[in-house]
Amino acid sequence: MANDPIIALRAVTKTYGSGATAFQALKGIDLEVATGDFVAVMGPSGSGKSTAMNILGCLDVPTGGAFLFKGVPVEQLDRDQRALLRRRYLGFVFQGFNLLARTSALENVELPLLYRGEEKSRRRETAMAALAKVGLADWWDHTPAELSGGQQQRVAIARAIVTNPDVLLADEPTGNLDTTTSYEIMELLTGLNRDAGITVLMVTHEPDMAEYARTIIHFRDGLVERVEQGAAA
Amino acid sequence: MFFTTIILAVREIRRHLLRSFLTVLGIVIGVAAVVTMVTLGQGATAAVAEQISSLGANILQIRPGQGFGRGGGGAQAPDFAMEDVEAIEEQIAGVRAVAPQAQASALAVRNAANWQTTINGTTTQFFTAQQWQLESGRVWNDAEEQAGKAVCVIGNTVRQNLFRNDDPIGERFRIRDVACEVIGTLSARGQGGFQDQDDVVLMPIKAVQRRFSGNRDIRFIMVAVDDAYDTASVQSQIETLLRERRSIGPGEQDNFNIFDTRQISETLQGTTRILTAVMGAVAAVSLIVGGIGIMNIMLVSVTERTREVGIRLAIGAVASEVLMQFLVEAVVLACLGGLIGLLLALVVTFFLAPVIQVPFLFDPQINLIAFSVSALIGIVFGYFPARRAAALNPIDALRHE
Repeated sequence: MANDPIIALRAVTKTYGSGATAFQALKGIDLEVATGDFVAVMGPSGSGKSTAMNILGCLDVPTGGAFLFKGVPVEQLDRDQRALLRRRYLGFVFQGFNLLARTSALENVELPLLYRGEEKSRRRETAMAALAKVGLADWWDHTPAELSGGQQQRVAIARAIVTNPDVLLADEPTGNLDTTTSYEIMELLTGLNRDAGITVLMVTHEPDMAEYARTIIHFRDGLVERVEQGAAA
Repeated sequence: MFFTTIILAVREIRRHLLRSFLTVLGIVIGVAAVVTMVTLGQGATAAVAEQISSLGANILQIRPGQGFGRGGGGAQAPDFAMEDVEAIEEQIAGVRAVAPQAQASALAVRNAANWQTTINGTTTQFFTAQQWQLESGRVWNDAEEQAGKAVCVIGNTVRQNLFRNDDPIGERFRIRDVACEVIGTLSARGQGGFQDQDDVVLMPIKAVQRRFSGNRDIRFIMVAVDDAYDTASVQSQIETLLRERRSIGPGEQDNFNIFDTRQISETLQGTTRILTAVMGAVAAVSLIVGGIGIMNIMLVSVTERTREVGIRLAIGAVASEVLMQFLVEAVVLACLGGLIGLLLALVVTFFLAPVIQVPFLFDPQINLIAFSVSALIGIVFGYFPARRAAALNPIDALRHE
């Protein structure tokens, strides 16, 4: 797929702290992600992959260099502008699911729509459709405590895709799940990438899961070590 | 968006019902205390005003001594005599009625029933001065008044306690060793504030003087001023007259005093109003303590919900939305607490008012003020925790355990 890059990092650095205690987590990253790609980010702990994901998710800004999201220089946006960008274009899936406790699956999925100010009936309809996409339409009124880990992650994915984002960022989405469930989640992500055309960026430790990606980026010591074609390419 | 925030807040409150209730308990108690205090205080003020005005409009009370009661001139302040009453009646213009009064407290007995009451010896002018109608029977005539006959007009409370459902007219009952004939009953005036006005037996003053007090002294004189005359000028004329009659030299202090009931009423109302304000202020302190309670729980809640805030921020909530969420939550909580407090105060005052014998007066103003203050407390004490939540860094918040 020779699409325009939806994400481009140019000589991105990130330094935490200052002076003697300063720590440089990213030492100059150049990276492009094409629209519709399925990217796995791998690397040992402390390699800078989490820092990179925070920047790619517009949660954090680089210390140096440029981050272009759809051609927009994100490093020049303020906090609220980045929040609006996340609201409009990004979806997040976390290792720990991060669903709101004591809140039904439907209400969890509705949350991003609330911030978009959509009407109640439309909100309900869209959220139910997203739950149906992850195969949990019948579980809409269950709270996270009443769902299994795999189901919780499905709800989290439904929440991430309910706004039809351009990019889905998944931070070790299978890290807390058993193997069978992990494969199910990966199939779900692959399907979303293939059918809905959502660009997926996924951090993972497990080579098995990286097999689902088209592009695998290896991080080491704050630098991109190598980029390779995944098995799915 | 604002409406959405309210939905979110209500959902959050519903999810933590017990915690929410404990959070607002301070506000509930504070609002209830303020509204109860002020409502009862206003009732007391109204009761005082009503009791004094029930003495009659434009009434002057003349008593021996200085100040209330018989203080000051004490031993040197003699009671009045019937001649003083006659002098006022004849020499002062603008006097509608002059009623001397001699009082005694005594036990009234009829068959098995007995009742401790006040025997008030007076003249028929008393009824004119007080504008008090009879319910049945008649007042005593001049002959009975001159003779000091043991006839009486009884108040409603005395009638109920001695006669139950019997017709008292023409019946007799005993006060000490005197047998009194009931010739009339007074119309009921009700609970006039702190004393039951209907708990009285009226008799010709000579009868009381001769049979109960054993002297010819008059304890005080009630003067009703004609509406067309100025009460203050009548008051000063009476003062001049009585100084003369009691041989008080120039420069000497009066050994009697004249009270304008309206003046007393204003003084007493002022006092109860200040008391109400003081009690209300003390109660208001508890309202502020309630506000601090809200802030305390909201701060804990923000820490506890750090991860939730992180999720919301990651999903795309802007800082002002998170701020609004927590602020609206605090305000909705505080308003709910205020409403519960108002209801509580309503119930408490409704049942407490009869117990402490003040009328139950619902004042929309104090209710509105108390409610607004609780909303304001929600804003003031909710702002700091809300700002803290809004300032959270989404990455740290998501990592928070």
